[in-house]
Amino acid sequence: MIKKTREHLTQNEGLLFEISSPGKKAYQLPDLDVPSVDPAEALGAGAVRGEIEGFPEVSEVETIRHFTRLSTWNYAIDLGMYPLGSCTMKYNPRINEVVARTEGLAWAHPYQPEALSQGAMEVCAVLESALCEITGMDAITLQPAAGAHGEMTGIMLMRQYLQAQGNPRKRILIPDSAHGTNPATAAMVGYEVLNIKSNSLGLVDLADLESIVDEDVAGIMITNPNTVGVFEENIAKVAAILHAKGGQVYMDGANMNALVGIARPGDFGIDVMHLNLHKTFSTPHGGGGPGAGPVAVRAHLEPHLPAPRLKRISDAWSWDYDRPGSIGRVRAFYGNFGVLIRALAYIMAHGREGLKQATTDAVLNANYIRKALEPYFDLPYKSPCMHEVVFSDSRQQKKGVRTGDMAKRLIDYGFHPYTVSFPLIVPGALMIEPTETEGKRELDLFIDALINIAREVDDDAQIVLKAPHLTRTPRVDEVTAARKPIVRWKPEATASKAAD
Amino acid sequence: MLKACGLGSTDELFAHLPSEARLQRPLNLEPGKSEYEIVDYFRARGGETALGYASFLGAGVYQHYRPVLVDTVVSRGEFLTSYTPYQAEISQGTLTTIFEFQTMVCQLTGMEVANASMYDGSTAVPEAAMMAVRITGRHKVLAARNVHPEYREVLATYCQHQGMPIEEFAFDPETGAIDLKDLDAKLSQETACVILQSPNFFGIVENVKAAADIAHKHGALLVMVFTEAVSLGLLEPPREADIVAGELQSFAISPSYGGPYAGIIATREKFIRQIPGRLVGETKDANGNRAFCLTLSTREQHIRREKATSNICTNQALIALMATVFMSVYGKEGLRELATQNLSKAHYLSNGLSRRFSGKFFNEFVIDAPASLNTELLKHNIIGGLELKRFYPELDNAILVCATEMSKREHMDTFKQVAAQVTEPALATGGRA
Repeated sequence: MIKKTREHLTQNEGLLFEISSPGKKAYQLPDLDVPSVDPAEALGAGAVRGEIEGFPEVSEVETIRHFTRLSTWNYAIDLGMYPLGSCTMKYNPRINEVVARTEGLAWAHPYQPEALSQGAMEVCAVLESALCEITGMDAITLQPAAGAHGEMTGIMLMRQYLQAQGNPRKRILIPDSAHGTNPATAAMVGYEVLNIKSNSLGLVDLADLESIVDEDVAGIMITNPNTVGVFEENIAKVAAILHAKGGQVYMDGANMNALVGIARPGDFGIDVMHLNLHKTFSTPHGGGGPGAGPVAVRAHLEPHLPAPRLKRISDAWSWDYDRPGSIGRVRAFYGNFGVLIRALAYIMAHGREGLKQATTDAVLNANYIRKALEPYFDLPYKSPCMHEVVFSDSRQQKKGVRTGDMAKRLIDYGFHPYTVSFPLIVPGALMIEPTETEGKRELDLFIDALINIAREVDDDAQIVLKAPHLTRTPRVDEVTAARKPIVRWKPEATASKAAD
Repeated sequence: MLKACGLGSTDELFAHLPSEARLQRPLNLEPGKSEYEIVDYFRARGGETALGYASFLGAGVYQHYRPVLVDTVVSRGEFLTSYTPYQAEISQGTLTTIFEFQTMVCQLTGMEVANASMYDGSTAVPEAAMMAVRITGRHKVLAARNVHPEYREVLATYCQHQGMPIEEFAFDPETGAIDLKDLDAKLSQETACVILQSPNFFGIVENVKAAADIAHKHGALLVMVFTEAVSLGLLEPPREADIVAGELQSFAISPSYGGPYAGIIATREKFIRQIPGRLVGETKDANGNRAFCLTLSTREQHIRREKATSNICTNQALIALMATVFMSVYGKEGLRELATQNLSKAHYLSNGLSRRFSGKFFNEFVIDAPASLNTELLKHNIIGGLELKRFYPELDNAILVCATEMSKREHMDTFKQVAAQVTEPALATGGRA
C-alpha cells in the first residue's frame, strides 16, 4: 500500500517563449539621471544588434506563475527523503541562505581593497581552519568550484610536487568502484589511468596493489569510505605501499560525511583530498549546482596550492600572490564564496558535538535500512557499512525487473529514487544513502515502500516495470532525445522549416 | 533503532574502524551556535567590508540591480533543494528552466546550441579551448592579451598538462582592441583556436568578424569570451564565432566576493557532441506529451570515464536559474533599455576624463590616472577602479573603471572632480583625451 502520497492537480505551463506577448514586461528601470546616449553613435551602427529574436515578453505575474508552476513539477528534499547514494542529499538549513545574502558579503567585489574586504577574508580564514581541523590536514585551498574541479586541483598538486622531485610519473591508480570523475580527472592532468580491482569485501586488494605500485605510479585516487559504503580498513597500509615507492595518496572526499568527528584523513595517511561542501556541509544542490570543492593537503603539498593564499600580516588579512611553486589558478577570484558562507554557517550551527552527532545519525540510519531490507534484497558486500548501503537487484532480475524499474516505482511511493547502477562493481546496484536528516518515521515509510515493491515484483511485476504511474510526467523517451537532439526552443515556423 | 540494528551503543557503529584511524578526542571546534548568534556573526563580518561605499569596479564582476523576483523564485525549496535532474519524471521543473536557459543563451549569442552552464566564465574558457582541440585535431591555443588576465591564468593551469601550448597575441596600444596583424602573424597550421574577449578586459568592443575571418583563413576556430553579459542587449551577437564562452554574473548574480557565478558555452549545432557539461533536450513522455531530459550523456564522465569530454559533473543550475529569471524579467525590451542605460552612464562618466584607449566601449573604459586617484576617492566613500599595472606592467597609471545602471550621477560627478584634482599635474606631461 502506498502510504506517503496521493494525487493532486498540477498546472500546465508553456515555455516562456510560448506565453510571451509583444510589449509585455516585468521590469521597471529608474529614469536616467544622465543624458541618454544613442547606441549607434557610441558603438557604431554596424555594432548594434536588432531585436533579440524570440526573447521573452512576459508580465510580472506571468513570470511568478511560470516559475512557480514549473517548481511544482520537481521533487525536492523539502518534500521528502532523497536517498541518493553518494550524493548526500541532506536538509539545507535556511539560515545559511539568509547569511549568504548578508549585504556587505553578497555585494563584496573581489577587487575591492583588502582593507575593505576583511570580513569576507575572515570568513574564508575561519572556514579554512575549521576544515583543516575536521580533515586533519595542514592546509587548504577554497578555490575549486566543485568536487570534480577539486579533484583536478588535487591531482595537479600531486603532479607539481612529483615534478619538483624530478619526475611527474605516468600513471594514476583508480579502484573500479570509483566515481567517473576520477578517471576523467586523471586524464585531464595528463596521466594514464590504471583501474584496480576490488576484492570480495569491496576493498582495495593489498597484494594486488603491492604488485602494481612502482616508480611510474604517481599516486592512487581512493574514496573512503568507498562507494559501497565500506571503510577501507587497510587505508594506512594502502598509503604506506604508495609512500614506499614515492607515490601520493589522493582521497576523494565525497563520503567525508561518514567520518566527520570520527576519523580524519590526515591521521590515516592521506596526502591530498577534496571536500564537497554541497554534500558533507549541506550547501544546497540547487538542481545541480553550485557546489564548492576545497582541497586539503599535507604540508609538503602546501607550496603548490593555487594562488592567491590568505596571509595574516600585522593583524590584517591579505592575499599572497607571490607563490612561485603554485600550480596556478584553477578559477578566477577566490572560490565560490557564497557557498563557503553557507558551509561555515552549517559548521557553526552544529559545533563539535553536532557535527559528530550528524555523522553518527547518518551511519545509524544507513545501518537501520540495511537491517530492515536485507531479507528482501541481495547484499553483495557484507562488510559493515558506514553512511550508505548498496544492494543488488539480482533476486528481482529473475523476475525481469531491474534496479532502474524499482527506482521508478519508488517515485509512486513518494520518494526520490536511490542511486541506480552505481558503483560499477555491483551489477544492478541500489545505492541508498539516507543521511542524518531523516527521522525514524520517514525511514520506516521508505523501508515499507521498498518491501512493498519487492513484493510487487513477485506478484505483479508489470506495475513496477511500467512505473511511475502517479507522476505528472510518465517515463520519458531518452533514446529519441539523444538520437535527434533538440536542445533549444525555436518558433514554430522556423522549427518546421528546419525539419524540411 | 540501535536495538533493531543489534547494537548496544552508537559507538559500535564504528567498531570496525582500525583504532589508529579513529579520532580519540573531540574536534577542536566551538560548540554549536544558535540562529541568532550566526546571523549576528555574519552581519558583523559584512560590516567589515565596503558596505556603504559606491564603487566603479568592473573587470569581470559587475554591480547590477537584482530584481526581487529572482530570489523569490530561487528560494523555492523545489528548486533550491532538488538534485541534478537525472530522474526526468520528477524533475521537469528544473529541466524546463534549463531548456529555457539554453534557448535564451542561444538567442543572446547568436549560437545554435548552448549547454546547461559551466562553473564560471574563467573555467568555460579552457573548456572551450579543449573543445576546439578535439574538433580541429590541432593543439595550440592563441589568446588575446586583453582577455581577462585571471581567465588567461586559469587557461594556462588547465592546459599545462594536456599538450596545449598557449601563445598570446597583442592589443593595439592606441585603440585597446586586438592587433589583427599580430593575430594573423601568430596563427599557424597548428592553431586550434583564437580566443578573444568582447567587450575586452579594457571595455573595448572588438571586431569579432574581422578576427573570425583571419582565424578561419588559417583553419582555426574562434572562441569569443564575454564577461559583461548585459552588453549583449545592445551589441551584435558574435555570430561569426565558433564557440562562445562567457560569464553571466551580470544577470542578477551577486558579486559575492567572486562566486558562485555561472559560465556558459554555446556553439554551432555541428559541434554539439563536443560540448562539455550537461545538456537538456526535448523529447516526449509515454503519454506523448512534451517532456525534457538530460541528454547526450555519452560525452560525460559518468559514462565515458577517462575518455569523457571533460571531468565536469556539476553545472550551476541554481545560479543559471537566477540568470533565467533575470532574462525573463527584463525580456526583449528591458535588456536593451538596461544596456542603453549602462552605455549612457559610462559615457557620462568618461566625459571629461582622459581615456587611455580610443576604441569604442560599452560600460567600462581605461583612464589615465595615478593610483592616488583610488586613494583620494576612498576619502569620499568611493571605490575607484582597478589599477591595471597589477596585470599589465606596460600599463602604468592606467585605471579600469565601470559604470552601470546603479551608478549615481552624484558619485560620478565626485569621481570626475577628484580625478581632475589628482591628474592635473600628470596631464601636464601629456595625457590623451
